[in-house]
Amino acid sequence: MSIAIAPRPAQPPARRLTAAARSAFTTVPPSVLLSFIVVLIVLLWSLFPALFTSYSAVTANPADKFLGPGAQHWLGTDDLGRDEFARVVYGARSSVGTAVVAVAIGLFAGGLIGLLAGFVGGWVDAVLGRLVDTLLAIPGFLLAVVVVTGLGFTTLNAAIATGIASVAIFARLMRAETLKVRHSVFVESSYLQGGSRNYVLFRHVLPNAYRSVVALAVLQLGSAIIVIAALAFLGYGSPPPASDWGLLVAAGQNDATAPWLVYGPAIVIVITVLSINRISRWLRKTS
Amino acid sequence: MATENKLKTGDGPAINGFAAHAQTTSTLLRVDGLTVAYGDQTVVHDVSFELARGQSLALIGESGSGKTTIARTVLRLLPPEARVKAGQIKFNRQDVLELGERQFRPLRGRELGFVPQDPSNALNAVRTIGSQALEAAALLAEGDAAARRERVLETFRQVGLTDPDRVYASYPHQLSGGMLQRVLIGLAVLPRPALIVADEPTSGLDVTIQKRILDLFAELKESLGIGVLFITHDLAVAAERADALLVLKDGVVQERGPAAQVFAAPTSEYARELQADVPAVNPDRYRAADPDQAQSQAKSRAKSQAQGEAPSGASQIEVRSLSKTFTVGDRTVRAVDDISFTVRRGSTHALVGESGSGKTTAARLLLGLERPDAGEIIIGDQSVRAHSRGQWRILRRHLQLVYQNPFTSLDPTWRLERIVREPLDRYRVGGKAERVERVKEVLAAVGLSESLLHRRPTHLSGGQRQRVAIARALVLRPDVVVLDEPTSALDVTVQAGIIELLFRLQRELGLTYLFVSHDLSLVRQLADTVSVLQGGRVVEDGPVQEIFTRPRHPYTEALLDAIPALPR
Repeated sequence: MSIAIAPRPAQPPARRLTAAARSAFTTVPPSVLLSFIVVLIVLLWSLFPALFTSYSAVTANPADKFLGPGAQHWLGTDDLGRDEFARVVYGARSSVGTAVVAVAIGLFAGGLIGLLAGFVGGWVDAVLGRLVDTLLAIPGFLLAVVVVTGLGFTTLNAAIATGIASVAIFARLMRAETLKVRHSVFVESSYLQGGSRNYVLFRHVLPNAYRSVVALAVLQLGSAIIVIAALAFLGYGSPPPASDWGLLVAAGQNDATAPWLVYGPAIVIVITVLSINRISRWLRKTS
Repeated sequence: MATENKLKTGDGPAINGFAAHAQTTSTLLRVDGLTVAYGDQTVVHDVSFELARGQSLALIGESGSGKTTIARTVLRLLPPEARVKAGQIKFNRQDVLELGERQFRPLRGRELGFVPQDPSNALNAVRTIGSQALEAAALLAEGDAAARRERVLETFRQVGLTDPDRVYASYPHQLSGGMLQRVLIGLAVLPRPALIVADEPTSGLDVTIQKRILDLFAELKESLGIGVLFITHDLAVAAERADALLVLKDGVVQERGPAAQVFAAPTSEYARELQADVPAVNPDRYRAADPDQAQSQAKSRAKSQAQGEAPSGASQIEVRSLSKTFTVGDRTVRAVDDISFTVRRGSTHALVGESGSGKTTAARLLLGLERPDAGEIIIGDQSVRAHSRGQWRILRRHLQLVYQNPFTSLDPTWRLERIVREPLDRYRVGGKAERVERVKEVLAAVGLSESLLHRRPTHLSGGQRQRVAIARALVLRPDVVVLDEPTSALDVTVQAGIIELLFRLQRELGLTYLFVSHDLSLVRQLADTVSVLQGGRVVEDGPVQEIFTRPRHPYTEALLDAIPALPR
């Protein structure tokens, strides 16, 4: 008998990369591509804000106060005559950056707890499981408010608070995924092949368990942006003249004559979060 | 097209005999020039066949041959991406493909019964069998609830369920696989259909249960005059049970005709190959193919004895009074109960039994994956009873395992080269270049091309994956390889290739095999000695030839009896 073995010439890496890029463009749905573009723009705002606007986010210019949206000022100007779009662009760093920090804290702390609980099992699992249960029992937003009150009113503390609040969610998913992989046949086979526990954990279990956790991390990024905006809105973030998106919405509602000061940053928040959620859903479907 | 020519040459007597038969009775199902495609990939090419009332036809082929697609087309259960490109299906003179969904629905489940492949997934797990059966009975719209219940119970009795009331009240998880399959057959038979389509109805079941289920089909066919369309990969089962066979490969009909004729004298090359690969057909295939193997084995045995080794020194594995009990909830199960056997160096010993016989547990005890409650295991010349984890690690260098299912035993995120190299890396054998060299060497030995080195397991076929698993087990050059049903997830021709490979490697490397299997015909081909297990105990053991020709225990007889009797 014979097994058909199709000889496939090895592709040079460069060509493989372009082929991968081409297949990405043909297989990724357009809405996901659009979402990626939105997220990319927001990321660039937070890294190089000066490339996107010539206005300053902090210098007051009273002559131009309360101008409506137009060609000069895309999102209008605020009570001190500052360009609202510039404030949104410069605010991206603390709004999105802190959300990334928050998710990173949740991902690493939660992932580690889940990995240990799932892989070691026994009393370690029991102790970590109760810890996670305790975290889950406290409402996340309340926990964040308490942490910020304790550590001080800055956006970074808001990020730490949000991260701690999401540890439990990551830990639970990671534990479930790890358990699933730990009992698979190829893991047992690796022990038979002479693999140590650490080796099996990092070479077999982690690479097979992390995918859905990463998809969750992207989803959590969206909700972290909302939570941090909400904290900033309530004043649990850096005080003005910082221009966190939540803070912008809060400041905008003081002036009923200039509704664009609320709608501008609010719409930016909504579009960013929707894009991230779309990407996360697509990731979860493909992984 | 070459296949057409082949068909024509095979047409002559076979088709005439077939057609003459069909004329005497009325045609129930007629498929004409059926072509089905998924996207632009055509999976069924121009397939035609006829099935008469009260007759059975088996569609035979390997995975990917299009047999299930044909069955699904007949039942109109094709997934939405599939398209029927050409052809006609006439059931009772109605064109199945032309009927509207509204007109077809009364046929499916009433006139056309279906028995699915996997009985454990086909029923709703949170509802009792009875409530699901009543749902099927309600379709018939006759009588009140009590009458329907009576009808269901009667059907259950008819399909050989001895305690229908208990089955009626049970949930699916409370019944065994064989019982569930009977329930599903019962549900299919309940409305007295004219045709039952059975998709691999016995593939997940033990051999003795398989025999009973097939007997049941034959009985229903006789007593109720139901036509049966079997879908199977097992030529032996088909030849024994069906009136006519249709052999498929890549969606093209290779051969057709009365079962006995196709099986006894296949005319197409593919059918001949299939027939030769059925282990039951020629039990001495590999031994006979290699006359000097027996000689060289005898020679090496004589040599070792000449060198003054005691006869016990020739035993590679010795298991004495091994026992293992599992506790599940408040029930204790004696999985392995006082088992003893010996495996000579360079020979193959088989552990045979059905699910729950303890054969897999015995193999796992031997590998140190479970700790025995009592008894002794001697591997080489050392007892492993008090082995620490470190000692086991050293021992396993010479003691490897090939798993049953190559689809789960390879890490899907790794590439082939790294998978096979893993044992070398873990045991720090040689330098990097030497490891790569040994990986290439062992891949060549198992018949895999080097061009596959950088593929992931998901891009390999089942047979290729099992070859990778064997390569991984052999790369350390072990003395003993435990084979846990290494071919049960594979097609017959692929299985034949793997068995041939195992034989060759044993000859070349002097390996000792412990072969765990439920398939007696395969054991007869591969093993030298055998232990027959039932309920954790050895009911009979000895040389294969002796066990197969003169079984002493009734259970062994039952197992042997379950090997499909081949029409001669």
